Amino acid sequence: MGLSQMTPCTDRRRGWAVAALLTVVVVLLAPAAVAQEDGEAVLARVFSGAGADQTDVAGAAIVVLDADGTEVGSGQTNDEGEVLIELPGPGEYTIRLDDTTLPEGVTPRGDVVERTQNVQAGRQGNALFPLEGDAAAAAGGGFFSGDISRVPQLFVDGIKLGSIIAITAIGLSLIFGTTGLVNFAHGELVTLGAVVAFFFNASPAGPTIHLIFAGIVAVIIGAFAGAGLEGTIWGPLRNRGVGLISMLVISIGLSFIIRNVILIVFGGATRPFLDYNIQSQIKFLGIRIVPRDLAIIVLSFLVLIAVGLMLQRTKIGKALRAVADNRDLAESSGIDVDKVIRFVWLLGGGLSAFGGVLLGATEQVNVNMGFNLLLLMFAGMILGGIGTAYGAMVGSLVVGIISQVSTAFFSVQLKFVWALLILIVVLLIRPQGLLGRAERFG
Amino acid sequence: MELGNVLIDGLRAALGVEAVVFALAAIGLNIHFGYTGLLNFGQVGFMLVGAYGVAIMARQCPSAAATQSAADQIGPCGEPLIFGVILGIVLAVILALLLGAPTLRLRADYLAITTIAAAEILRFLFRSDTADPLTNSVFGIQQFANDFFVINPIPAGRYFGQLNYSSQQLWTMVVGWSLVLLLTLWTWLLMRSPWGRVLKSIREDEDAARALGKNVFSYKMQALILGGVFGALGGMFLAIGTQAVAPDTYIPVRTFFAYVIIILGGAGTIWGPIVGTFLFLFLTSGLETLLRELIEGGIIPSSFISLPEVGPIRFIMVGLMLALLMAFRPQGIFGDKEEMLLDAR
Amino acid sequence: MPADVNAATIAAREAMASVPAEPGVPKPDPVLIVDGVKRHFGGLTAVDVEHLEVQRNLITALIGPNGAGKTTFFNLMTGFDSPNEGKWSFDGRDLGRVSAHKVAQMGMVRTFQLTKSLNRMTVIENMRLAGTGQTGERFLPAIVPSMWRKQEAILTQRADVLLERFTLEAKREDLAGTLSGGQRKLLEVARALMVQPELVCLDEPMAGVNPALVQSLLGHVKSLRDELGMTVLFVEHDMDVVMDISDWVVVMAEGRVIAEGPPRSIGTNKTVIQAYLGGGDGEGEVSLADIEAAAGNPTPTGDLA
Repeated sequence: MGLSQMTPCTDRRRGWAVAALLTVVVVLLAPAAVAQEDGEAVLARVFSGAGADQTDVAGAAIVVLDADGTEVGSGQTNDEGEVLIELPGPGEYTIRLDDTTLPEGVTPRGDVVERTQNVQAGRQGNALFPLEGDAAAAAGGGFFSGDISRVPQLFVDGIKLGSIIAITAIGLSLIFGTTGLVNFAHGELVTLGAVVAFFFNASPAGPTIHLIFAGIVAVIIGAFAGAGLEGTIWGPLRNRGVGLISMLVISIGLSFIIRNVILIVFGGATRPFLDYNIQSQIKFLGIRIVPRDLAIIVLSFLVLIAVGLMLQRTKIGKALRAVADNRDLAESSGIDVDKVIRFVWLLGGGLSAFGGVLLGATEQVNVNMGFNLLLLMFAGMILGGIGTAYGAMVGSLVVGIISQVSTAFFSVQLKFVWALLILIVVLLIRPQGLLGRAERFG
Repeated sequence: MELGNVLIDGLRAALGVEAVVFALAAIGLNIHFGYTGLLNFGQVGFMLVGAYGVAIMARQCPSAAATQSAADQIGPCGEPLIFGVILGIVLAVILALLLGAPTLRLRADYLAITTIAAAEILRFLFRSDTADPLTNSVFGIQQFANDFFVINPIPAGRYFGQLNYSSQQLWTMVVGWSLVLLLTLWTWLLMRSPWGRVLKSIREDEDAARALGKNVFSYKMQALILGGVFGALGGMFLAIGTQAVAPDTYIPVRTFFAYVIIILGGAGTIWGPIVGTFLFLFLTSGLETLLRELIEGGIIPSSFISLPEVGPIRFIMVGLMLALLMAFRPQGIFGDKEEMLLDAR
Repeated sequence: MPADVNAATIAAREAMASVPAEPGVPKPDPVLIVDGVKRHFGGLTAVDVEHLEVQRNLITALIGPNGAGKTTFFNLMTGFDSPNEGKWSFDGRDLGRVSAHKVAQMGMVRTFQLTKSLNRMTVIENMRLAGTGQTGERFLPAIVPSMWRKQEAILTQRADVLLERFTLEAKREDLAGTLSGGQRKLLEVARALMVQPELVCLDEPMAGVNPALVQSLLGHVKSLRDELGMTVLFVEHDMDVVMDISDWVVVMAEGRVIAEGPPRSIGTNKTVIQAYLGGGDGEGEVSLADIEAAAGNPTPTGDLA
């Protein structure tokens, strides 16, 4: 990318190109719209046992029918045995459990596979599907289980999660390092990547190309979306002298806007890509992993190493570190700070989109996936040392591993609690993070 | 197609229970952000502890309860509502102390991240199965505030014509808005005192306040506690008014809404939270009804905007309001131009 | 300004006449005593002061080239930063690990190099804020105005006197952010005096002040000493200012106190010249303008006249 030749004119042209591209995507995706966030919904829950022995069942298919028997929504239960299905409006609905999707050895209690719910305006209905038999093979359970034998497996799962967080957090951290902006809309760049890849890969309206190509397109669009945001919003705001706190609040508004535009075009459902869904596990030293997840780990590490080399070896990488280190000094020594910042957004946007594609491949695509990841990115970034790329990588890996490994000992529902607690503890005892330098804070 | 409905729906929202809740949370947040400059993004965490304080204290006891997990319920139940209110306030104070001790010495953006994380930790904890005996996990607790409605002196019936409030709604609103006015009066008294002057000086420049002998940490903590307790009162009011608590009511979006409200009404002004709440709910609910009416009346073709898209559009508008106000009118709709020019944030 | 100098200052000057001009020399009546204070940032030692005493009732100037550690030293003394080692005492009270607001309450008040006026508060509110021991600043009494109204009136009276002294009375009700840079400096000094300090530490009070105002600000600083017997410690680059108003000068370079003495002795001090010019042995006398130029803050001399 010939950054050095970039003039304001071509920059603007590029901004228009991004806008046009996004518009095309939006128009093409429009028929996929289904749901709304603020309205009525039904929460279905599938579990066996009760109290301390309760086990949540993941992967059970739930279908919601309206009073006329028309299907209005469907979904699969997550690790917590829950699925939230958005409804088109208040009224009476039938919630049906597809018992063929249950694990072996369990059946619906009393063979009840249908529940009827009258959902009030703006409320959420609940539908419980208790099961007979023991689904504990799927693990989960009480607050403390202490199953040490699962640690190696969870460690690998943690590396997968951590490397995805790391890829997305680098951009967040570099943007903070170079501009001082805490970008609350960074999660939406992740979602954007996943949704764009979904459109090119799995949407009936799209070209249904293979996920690898769809992913490449998503990364390119993500990079231009990042640069477009810098060019149209953040750059001008900085030039107007808008304060950092104001910009933080503006980024929250922006995150609302992007997320809900995505909600309109993509809908509220959780959907898988077409490729790499069903794979047989590889077993190695007692650790089970599907080839897809192994590829995610390898790809993530390759990208992380590439980013590291870029920062270390290339001219723009060195300039970037100089700006993150001391902006004024870098500026006075002749570095074009604005160009570096544009590059950071391009890089951050592309990396976030890539992270979104990986996350979508392993956990399916949902409009809230990016926002849900945001706090983990913050945790990784602060743990590693805010404003540095390497810190974000290390910190994110730690966050991912701790989240996953904690489930060997504690309830799976609390796995992110530990990551966020670490964030607070780090701020308490070492606010500059693991790799950060001691400075005065506050 | 009834354009009158737009006005009525807007007005109903701007006066109803939800408005009271937002106003209370925003008055508290105004003390944090508007007067002291604390970037608290976890206001919803204070609302959560307030709401659950009331719900857990006053919930029905296992023998009478019909919930599936009633058998292993632990902790208090069936206590008078007022004990719940006290518990909620105590919990808010404890939360403020726990949250403030490590973070009030940090930079503003760190405080923002930490507070939002803390609020999410609370939500995850309260919705987890681990906490089920206390919180009934994702299902929450219902029907615990009969004490409040039993003392309703307003005779049954519908009130205010087309606004069509039930006597219970009206009772809730009367109590709620009285509380809002009371807290506004308290805030006004505080902010015209030397105590409020110290808070404002911290907002302007905490080092300057420190150099003049003010214990900045202590004042920030006092502000965090006070605003947090106001937020908890908002949560309690939501719990009591709807007779229900559920963990996923207390998501970060609520805090963001409260920010829109105080920026809309004018951060650091006495009437800002109330004016902002009114404008915010009137505009967003009015817009939602307007769009629905336009679509149902066929004026906007449903191929362009369909009914399920109205909700997200409302959120997009909220986001736009937040971003545009912050970029162009950080002093709020009615704010002072001179002050805006001085706004260093 | 004609000499209506108070007795304490005259006595202090007489006592100081016999103090030798060498670094770390003991003073007859020190208000601030510093011992072995060190502050490192990474590998860099920003401050390393072995021993320093500041005489009561006089104006002491702290000078030194850029990066000499003057502002860091101020930060350490006033509790805005904590040293890696060392101790210091103010008025006989140990100040190690005492937080900034307590230092101010004890009577050592500072101003900042970059003015910290409280922009969205009025000038008079800026002044009132600085009063110490206000009942109305406590949470519970705050909502009962009758408990603090009297105190507030007394504070306002004192504030008005100071505003008049610093020629800011016309700006009384204006927001501080609307004042000019020089007026903000004046406000900051006036506000510091509302604390009724024993020792005022001014960090470059003349920096960025329009030359016309410098003279009046100088007069104000002098009058602090001459009329109120206040002790002043100030950082300054402008050597004419230093020569004009200070009774004693302390020179810092690379974190250390390299020289001190009466103003006239400093211009000829070889160590000082070396520190400023970084050259070999000093060749002859160096003019004040040279020192200023090396300090990176040259001010045309004629401005003061």
